[in-house]
Amino acid sequence: MATGNFETTIGLEVHVEMQTNSKLMSPSPVHYGDKPNENTNVIDFGYPGVLPVANKGAIEFGMRAALALHATVSPFIRWDRKNYFYPDNPKAYQTTQSQTPLGTNGYLDVTLPDGNVKRVRIKEMHVEEDAGKNTHGTDGYSYVDLNRQGTPLIEIVSEPDIASPDEAYAYLEQLRQAILFTGISEAKMQEGQMRADVNISIRPFGSSEYGTKVEMKNINSFNYVRNALIFEEKRQAEVLRAGGIIQQETRRYNEPTKSTILMRVKEGADDYRYFPEPDLAPIVIDQSWINKVANELPKSAGERQNEYVSDFGIAAYDAEVLTQTLAMSDFYDATVAAGADAKRAANYLIGDVNAFMNKHQIELQETQLTPEHLAGMIKLIEAGTISTKQAKQVFEAIMVGEDPEAFAKKNGLVQISDPAILLGWITEVLDNNPQSIEDFKGGKDRATGYLIGQLMKMSKGQANPGIMNKMLLEELAKR
Amino acid sequence: MTINFFDNDLTSLHEQLINKDITAVDLAQSTLDNIDKTDDKLNAFITTNPEEALVQAKKIDEQSDFTNILSGLPVALKDNLATNGIQTTGASRILENFKPVYDATVVDKLNTVGAISVGKTNMDEFAMGGSTETSYYKTTTNAWDQTKVPGGSSGGSAAAVAGGLVPFALGSDTGGSIRQPAAFNGIVGLKPTYGRVSRWGLFAMASSLDQVGPFTRTVKDNALVLNTIAGFDAKDSTSSTREVPDFTSKLTGDVKGLKIAVPKEYFGEGIDPKVAKTVKAAIAQLEALGAIVDEVSLPHTKYGVAAYYIIMSSEASSNLQRYDGVRYGFRADDVKNLEDLYIKTRSEGFGDEVKRRIMLGTFSLSAGAYDAFFKKAAKIRTLLIEDFNKVFADYDVIVGPTAPTVAYGLGEEIDDPTAMYLADVLTIPVNLAGLPGLSVNAGFVDGLPVGLQIIGKPFDEATVYQTGYAFEQASRLFEQLPDIAKQY
Repeated sequence: MATGNFETTIGLEVHVEMQTNSKLMSPSPVHYGDKPNENTNVIDFGYPGVLPVANKGAIEFGMRAALALHATVSPFIRWDRKNYFYPDNPKAYQTTQSQTPLGTNGYLDVTLPDGNVKRVRIKEMHVEEDAGKNTHGTDGYSYVDLNRQGTPLIEIVSEPDIASPDEAYAYLEQLRQAILFTGISEAKMQEGQMRADVNISIRPFGSSEYGTKVEMKNINSFNYVRNALIFEEKRQAEVLRAGGIIQQETRRYNEPTKSTILMRVKEGADDYRYFPEPDLAPIVIDQSWINKVANELPKSAGERQNEYVSDFGIAAYDAEVLTQTLAMSDFYDATVAAGADAKRAANYLIGDVNAFMNKHQIELQETQLTPEHLAGMIKLIEAGTISTKQAKQVFEAIMVGEDPEAFAKKNGLVQISDPAILLGWITEVLDNNPQSIEDFKGGKDRATGYLIGQLMKMSKGQANPGIMNKMLLEELAKR
Repeated sequence: MTINFFDNDLTSLHEQLINKDITAVDLAQSTLDNIDKTDDKLNAFITTNPEEALVQAKKIDEQSDFTNILSGLPVALKDNLATNGIQTTGASRILENFKPVYDATVVDKLNTVGAISVGKTNMDEFAMGGSTETSYYKTTTNAWDQTKVPGGSSGGSAAAVAGGLVPFALGSDTGGSIRQPAAFNGIVGLKPTYGRVSRWGLFAMASSLDQVGPFTRTVKDNALVLNTIAGFDAKDSTSSTREVPDFTSKLTGDVKGLKIAVPKEYFGEGIDPKVAKTVKAAIAQLEALGAIVDEVSLPHTKYGVAAYYIIMSSEASSNLQRYDGVRYGFRADDVKNLEDLYIKTRSEGFGDEVKRRIMLGTFSLSAGAYDAFFKKAAKIRTLLIEDFNKVFADYDVIVGPTAPTVAYGLGEEIDDPTAMYLADVLTIPVNLAGLPGLSVNAGFVDGLPVGLQIIGKPFDEATVYQTGYAFEQASRLFEQLPDIAKQY
């Protein structure tokens, strides 16, 4: 994307927390929002004599991400130590993979706002430990919470293939969706489960060399990333136009002013003294292991959308809505698998269920709805056992965990379609309302409305309206 | 009842316990009495825990379960092995008063079989040194001559066994820290194959080199202790899943046809001629017992010290970064900010030798130096391993001296780190190659013990013990006792 006479080059390093049961190198649980230091043990605290043991599940989750992004899974990985002092890093080194990234040479096909598809290459992906969290109190103390310390991350490093802030936004959004559909993370931005480090440089059009890049770290909102990049494009262009030079520096995005602020100028690379982690044996990844993980890898959003459209006859837009989250898509699949009509299931999820989630501000998995219950209700509707009107009550019941059939039965929400019963009611109503028959024959259509009202009253609303209407007209014709 | 550990090996103590001739309390009390009588001379212990030891011993007596050979026997532990609730310092000021909340796996194994831990032994600070003189706490002396160093870094454990204070002890060996003090004190010390014994709870110096191993007065005792502490540990992913054999299985005294390689480099420059002579006599004795002895070459031996000091210090520089004053241990006063806290805590908490190695390692890993130092050292390590592989294609064991000299005087070498480093030349290659290495007493020079080192194939401790046992039984050097034995 051009800014005056310059073109922009952007590269992104995205960190995603993987939601394994335990940490990358210790058996402590991975869980957000608990009391500080609740999810820790002596390993997380870096006590003397403790040793790491690599979490196989984290490696498999990393492999899922690599496979989803079409990367080559390395046949041999070992761990490296990245050394630096900080209180949120108790061992004073982070266990990472600097020499043997788990995945290399991947890509993500990104649909841009103009509808074109751009392939952004993924240089490498590695599994590493997250740090803890420091909070600086107003009482003069800093507080260290090591709950997050050691949570497995997958770091996804793009090639500098991104040419504009909007492309960066589209890449991040679609990368997030790709990750969501591997099932390794909910990638919740507000919980810091997905964070981006951004590199941006500009250069005159046609220049063969990249400009000096500026780095911004740990931005946890796609909008902030876009805003920061928009600001940087302009700032860098102004500096160059004024005859200045761009320094290699780290800047910070400041949301209130939508601008970036200089943090520090880099005078050479940081020296993290990487070296092979001697406490951990290298890991060999053979093809059968890769195949096993590939078999467990959930289908991508794109694959699912195609299936919904072609196999179920769902509208393309609806298919997209159903694949906004893995949870929704999995729920939909399970509902259909439980025997629900695919279109009706889609309509309920997109409509009533989404509305329920919005109203209560909760996620699908936080509701008490199950695919079996939703399918059960839809089957009752399809079979004509309940009316769509009755279904409204049933829906409210299944959203709080009730079984649809039991609820309908308990509350008499059963539609009566039996012609013998219906005929009895019709005969009785017609016999009692000769005036209405006269009116009908005189061409007054309103008369049927009155008769139907009487029938509904008599059946306590349980008469199947479709069948009853048809039979009523037949009986009227006979009189 | 006071029991003399010079006259009783582990098997004898075990039988007396079973026959109720003695009790675990008698043994624990004997050890505590021994410490009272002699430890003002030896200074082997940083911490003793008499109350806990006696309570534990009483419990063992009550249970009267002496199934394991080590049940009810007192043991001394090097102070870099984590003991739950008992101060463990690594002989460093930076861990003064530090009480771990967990046991090292080896400690756990000893506790499980009912061994009685009586205390934590002195050592070089974080196992960095060869004389136990870099300890922040005290200076341990040699069991044979209290003006001499006990060797190191496991000098306290070696002196405690050689001085008859305890029947056995554990140490750790990164570049010779079990074998060299065993040699200096005339006892038996084994560095097992890397991965044979769990490192969980061992305060790491150099993770790819460290191993825990036993000190005993005899080879059979040593094998018996290894039987208990060896084996895979899910908490240490570098520990081996190999089955643990009975390490006493080849202790027949027979070495007929055993093929022994003697590297000519192990008798080169820097080796005291009297030590060389003593060791050669010991090898001749093995030959007389029917072993086949040939001279071989390990051509890259001379690069071992340089490679070792780069790899060891690199790993140590990273391992010791956790001692930052934030979560446990010593914290400096009057700090202005976080960086100041780190700098002051580490400046005041670490001794000179530790700082020297941290600086050397930090440099070796730095961006400009990595290829020329760390990477090159890693290549030398590979060459050393290949040297050994070639010899082991044709031989069962390699033998030579453990150390180039006998124990030197206290204070003599502490100010000359290079001389101290070079003294590790014979033990270092064994750590770099991850092999098992045993030191047994080969004889005496000027009244001080000389070590015979026996190096085996990976996980072939049994043959190493077989060789050591044959020599020990033929020479019966273990019957010679230091003067300190007269104290009891």
